[in-house]
Amino acid sequence: MTDTTTETTAQSPEPAGRGPVPLPPAAARPLIALGAIGTIASTFLSWTWTPDFPGDLTIYGYPAGLQVIALVAGALTLLYGLTLWNVRGLNWLNPGRATSPVLLITLSAFAVCWFTGIAIAVDLGGLVNLDPGAFVAMAASALSVVGALALPHPNPGTGLRGYLTKPDQPRPGALSPLAERAAVTVATALALVVFTYGIGINDDDSETFIGFLLVLVFGAWGLVHAGLLDRFATMSARHKGFATTLAFVAAVIFPFTQSDDHNANIGVNILIFATVALGLNIVVGLTGLLDLGYVAFLGVGAYAAALVSGSEYSPYGVHFPFWAAALTGMAASLVFGVLIGGPTLRLRGDYLAIVTLGFGEIFRITVNSLDGDSGPNVTRGPNGITQIPDIKIFGFNLGDAHDVGGFTLGRFANYLFLMLLITAIVVLVFTRAADSRIGRSWIAIREDETAATAMGINGFRVKLIAFALGASLAGLAGTVMAHVNYSVNPQPYQFAGAAPPNSAFLLAAVVLGGMGTVSGPLLGASVLYLVPEKLQFLQNYELFAFGLALILLMRFRPEGIIANRRRQLEFHETGQLDVPAQKTLTDEPAASKAGA
Amino acid sequence: MRFGGLTAVRSVDFTVNSGEIVGLIGPNGAGKTTFFNCLTGLYVPTEGTVAYQGKVLPPKPHLVTQAGIARTFQNIRLFANMTVLENVLVGRHTRTKEGLWSALLRGPGFRKAEKESEAKAMELLEFVGLAAKREHLARNLPYGEQRKLEIARALASEPGLLLLDEPTAGMNPQETRSTEELVFAIRDKGIAVLVIEHDMRFIFNLCDRVAVLVQGEKLVEGTSDVVQADERVVAAYLGEPFEGDPGAAEVAEVEAAEAAADEAEAAADETAEADSEAESADAESTGTTKGEAQ
Repeated sequence: MTDTTTETTAQSPEPAGRGPVPLPPAAARPLIALGAIGTIASTFLSWTWTPDFPGDLTIYGYPAGLQVIALVAGALTLLYGLTLWNVRGLNWLNPGRATSPVLLITLSAFAVCWFTGIAIAVDLGGLVNLDPGAFVAMAASALSVVGALALPHPNPGTGLRGYLTKPDQPRPGALSPLAERAAVTVATALALVVFTYGIGINDDDSETFIGFLLVLVFGAWGLVHAGLLDRFATMSARHKGFATTLAFVAAVIFPFTQSDDHNANIGVNILIFATVALGLNIVVGLTGLLDLGYVAFLGVGAYAAALVSGSEYSPYGVHFPFWAAALTGMAASLVFGVLIGGPTLRLRGDYLAIVTLGFGEIFRITVNSLDGDSGPNVTRGPNGITQIPDIKIFGFNLGDAHDVGGFTLGRFANYLFLMLLITAIVVLVFTRAADSRIGRSWIAIREDETAATAMGINGFRVKLIAFALGASLAGLAGTVMAHVNYSVNPQPYQFAGAAPPNSAFLLAAVVLGGMGTVSGPLLGASVLYLVPEKLQFLQNYELFAFGLALILLMRFRPEGIIANRRRQLEFHETGQLDVPAQKTLTDEPAASKAGA
Repeated sequence: MRFGGLTAVRSVDFTVNSGEIVGLIGPNGAGKTTFFNCLTGLYVPTEGTVAYQGKVLPPKPHLVTQAGIARTFQNIRLFANMTVLENVLVGRHTRTKEGLWSALLRGPGFRKAEKESEAKAMELLEFVGLAAKREHLARNLPYGEQRKLEIARALASEPGLLLLDEPTAGMNPQETRSTEELVFAIRDKGIAVLVIEHDMRFIFNLCDRVAVLVQGEKLVEGTSDVVQADERVVAAYLGEPFEGDPGAAEVAEVEAAEAAADEAEAAADETAEADSEAESADAESTGTTKGEAQ
């Protein structure tokens, strides 16, 4: 480390400790603040003359659309600029008074302002369409960035890369339990507001959503550097039950904040995929079995529920109550899981992945063929089973809108509550199973299957349990999905496709979010569902963007957005005295068992 | 045990009695680890059986462990990304019964069993001296402690017979001595121990009985004196002495030292056949192994 430091300082002209912008440090802080105030002020001006640009940025004195986002970014910039002045009461925002969080926050404002300016010019054809407000915003936000770059460099001599290394922040001690709970509550409420804002952005306003994402990414990055997210994580870990309850309360509040049932629909779908991804996480994240055909279990559950739903297109004229339909779906997926797992789980690694991939396709093709022509008429082939009636629970029809305390909760809001309940159950199953004898044996199998069996673990049995449990959880989610969508058809249950659900999407949700964690797949599914939903213009390039995002993620953060403690250590060297690399010896028993 | 045309271990008849420490030595490639893998069910023997306490064991690793034979590995195979405590808890798998349902329902039985397992695991960690590091990830332990943790993990399955595959490989003299004490302590618990080792001083200090395996066949079995005195053993390690050898007594003395040092040299190269590179031996050898940095 020291070698490279001296080397690069010798080459670079700026003296050690100074930022890349040669301004006196005394000027840097006022510059940031000035830029922040300018950004804030600009959002009250008109940015363009025509309301054609999404979000109507034409009004003086009232920010809208992207301006609101810029306003938030500007306010954050101001706050972080002020932390450098040692303002009382703001110290907690940036306890180490580090430079890099400030830079990242100023970049969030810069990104959204310049993106908006460029987007207006491109969309409407020329710079002439920009009103003074936009120029003010762009200039002011650039000023903040220049100011932040004039601050002392966090790791002198490392160039711009030095800003990306997370600074060491002092670890503040624990607050009183009440204060910590209050802090967790406020943070959760803020997260709910941000999420609600994002989901509420009109599907046609792709520009607004991109701006939202820019601020979210840079802002969150800045907060990570400031150590705030770590602090939040420790606090919620200390009050685990409280934080979990709070997260579910926030999710329950969500439908009440939505006047449009369409957003509740998005919420339901996110929850369905998140639940399925969580089930997959048992198989992939905990047990380390790469399952590329997992979506088939969702399909089995959905089809099983559709067949017993009382739909007139179902060949069986039975109408099960929901609890029975859910159990049927789970049982069907369980049986399917055991049937697939039985022969395949004796294989390891790549072979398992290939076989599950094949079985996933077999499901889709079979369902396609059971149409009365190529086989018995069970699933009506590509037409699928339609007109699935809504769920009734205790005489409460989930299909009707209900008024609760002055709020109208539409059909999807009702299903959202049902899905929340199911998600809660799945989260409970996941956490409890992971922290037990069986969960430890899953992880042991993932870590070293040979050693695990030598410790007395029946590898096949334990893997089969994981596989079957994951399958039945997906089946459970499938039963709700069939009812939410009114219909089931074979088309979505493929390996990869532009629209969720498909196996690749689910796997990506797990990997992107963070393997082996609870919140990871929830977050991953939300991101992967929301981004294509809101960025409609990407439609034809969706798979391309998806692949690109995965490659970038694997390069820069292989452990996923939310890192499991184990995974994080696995992928990044800790600097601790580590074990010597394990050498594969000639007597490696794993490889040569077949030779016996 | 045959791999295709190669017979790795042939008709090795071997018994370990309870409360005994038995050593298994032999040049590299003699089939020691293969013999272990046959015992623990990782390999299915082409011929022959493994019996424990009079019962023939099926060649399935988990059933062997269930029956009461635990092992460690030559190249450490810990669950690297689990904590020290979790590693030992995994070792208790066969002695606990809680399945998925009790994990999900979390009844009082489950809590009790978890608490009991943890108490037992902590007891073992204290026994090997790792209790203070219970929350460390196994991968971050220093090498010697990883070896100890592997032994603790094996002990967690409450075995009657413990198989140690080169427990002191890569250790310095102090660590070797502490491992020696640990093995004695394990014996005092009433557990029979079978050790593969290249460190002759370690083996002859420790073992009640030593067996020598050469090219898959058992050459000698007996107390350390018997084995040390056996010319065939010396020949297997060093080659035949040439005729008309002057100063036989001195040669024997040097050879004993050479045997140890040569062993250490040879251990570094797992694939090399045992040969008689006597010139590389060092008369000052302290008898510690220096190879096997895995």
